[in-house]
Amino acid sequence: MVGIVGYGVYIPRFRIKLEEIAKIWGADALAYKAGLLMEQKSVPGPDQDTVTISVEAARNALKRAKIDPTEIGALYVGSESHPYAVKPSGTIVAEAMGATPYCHTADFEFACKAGTEGMFVALNLVQAGAVKYAVGIGTDTSQGAPGDALEYSASAGGAAFIMGSENLVAECEFTDAYMTDTADFWRKEHQYYPQHAGRYTGEPAYFKHILGAGRAIMERAKAKASDFKYAVFHQPNGKFPMKVGKMLGFNKEQIEPGWLVPRLGNTYSGSSPMGLTAILDVAEPGERIFMVSYGSGAGSDAFIWKVTERIKEVQNLAPKTRDYLDKNQIYLDYGTYAKFRRKIIMSESPQIL
Amino acid sequence: MSTSARYTREIPQRYRLEAAKCKGCSKLFFPPRLICDECGGKEFEPHRLSDKGKVVSYSVVRIGPSQFVEQVPYIVSVVELEDGVRLTCQVADAKPEELEIGAPVTIEFRKIGEEGDAGIIHYGYKAVLDRFK
Repeated sequence: MVGIVGYGVYIPRFRIKLEEIAKIWGADALAYKAGLLMEQKSVPGPDQDTVTISVEAARNALKRAKIDPTEIGALYVGSESHPYAVKPSGTIVAEAMGATPYCHTADFEFACKAGTEGMFVALNLVQAGAVKYAVGIGTDTSQGAPGDALEYSASAGGAAFIMGSENLVAECEFTDAYMTDTADFWRKEHQYYPQHAGRYTGEPAYFKHILGAGRAIMERAKAKASDFKYAVFHQPNGKFPMKVGKMLGFNKEQIEPGWLVPRLGNTYSGSSPMGLTAILDVAEPGERIFMVSYGSGAGSDAFIWKVTERIKEVQNLAPKTRDYLDKNQIYLDYGTYAKFRRKIIMSESPQIL
Repeated sequence: MSTSARYTREIPQRYRLEAAKCKGCSKLFFPPRLICDECGGKEFEPHRLSDKGKVVSYSVVRIGPSQFVEQVPYIVSVVELEDGVRLTCQVADAKPEELEIGAPVTIEFRKIGEEGDAGIIHYGYKAVLDRFK
């Protein structure tokens, strides 16, 4: 039996409201809010990136796992916003956790699916007996081009999961994956902002792959939607996860506990993993959780989790996801947001001499 | 001197708040030193400091050096950790009017500098005010 030994999340303190973005571009804020089912998004501070968010999430996971970090044998960071093109994020995160040097590390990329890729590999390394503990992290600080629809949703946050085979807080009952070559969203080398195929990112991309993975794992588990207390899906906006959940037979009450996007935005690789942390924060022993991620390009990873008795011991050992989401935010105007996200061309780059 | 080499040497302190604990008298040193000024001992063991502390003193920088131009006004503080060790660091995500002497803080992992667009990123510690009070 393998599964999650400890989980943690981190969300930066800064937020920007959709009205503030729409005001700058002369757009209809109400139309964006209704279209995306979102009201605001998180923004990283000028001193935060995928590595710093991953470290904080991983430290929270360690507080819940209560393990010796030197026993971590593998660590994977999934993101599409790794700060270096060449030099892994994972080495920095592993050093900060105290997991070096006997640790296998790699950075994963697969648009918004990179986080669950890390979780999938970490679980299977433990299952194979190759390592005692393995960490899967999904984090992003992604950007949409100024004025593009993505600018209203691309946000920042991350979640970390320590996988093991004893003292579990959630057992992984089944995994599955569904993948095709689909060009719905991409960013080429040296391009600062991604491109997307507009409405093509919906039906033939997001919905096809989540339904493919979701139906496959249901069949493998011989389960139906009513067998689960909770369901969490990739959340590029508020509408898509609700719609795809309904198509798979889930109702609003099953989806809402992990539905963070209206007040968080789309954290890309962090999206469904962070939704899972919000569910684990409130889950009771014995409850089952249905989870399907999505990453453009395109593919979905599916998981079925069963919560164990130990969940009640660990829920309060680190800050909860809804606390990070809703307590003590600092709201930014667009000018400060543009400065923080380095959208302003400066006379010279900041430099340490 | 290569900043990469210096940066790598400082990782235990910058990333993990790793102090040196004298094996003779248990006095903590951050950053580590070679000889204990309390008992003269020369043997130390690594000791991970608490990430909780309080603000002992602070100053607001309103005209900063070039690498901090995006962050002004920012706060530089002396923080006393629960272990009794004091360190100097920025207080991130805070407005000067939010801060007071004695305010509880948590140490977070942050970027503390960058060597321009092409150079390495320096990671380390900063303090943040308690978000969940």
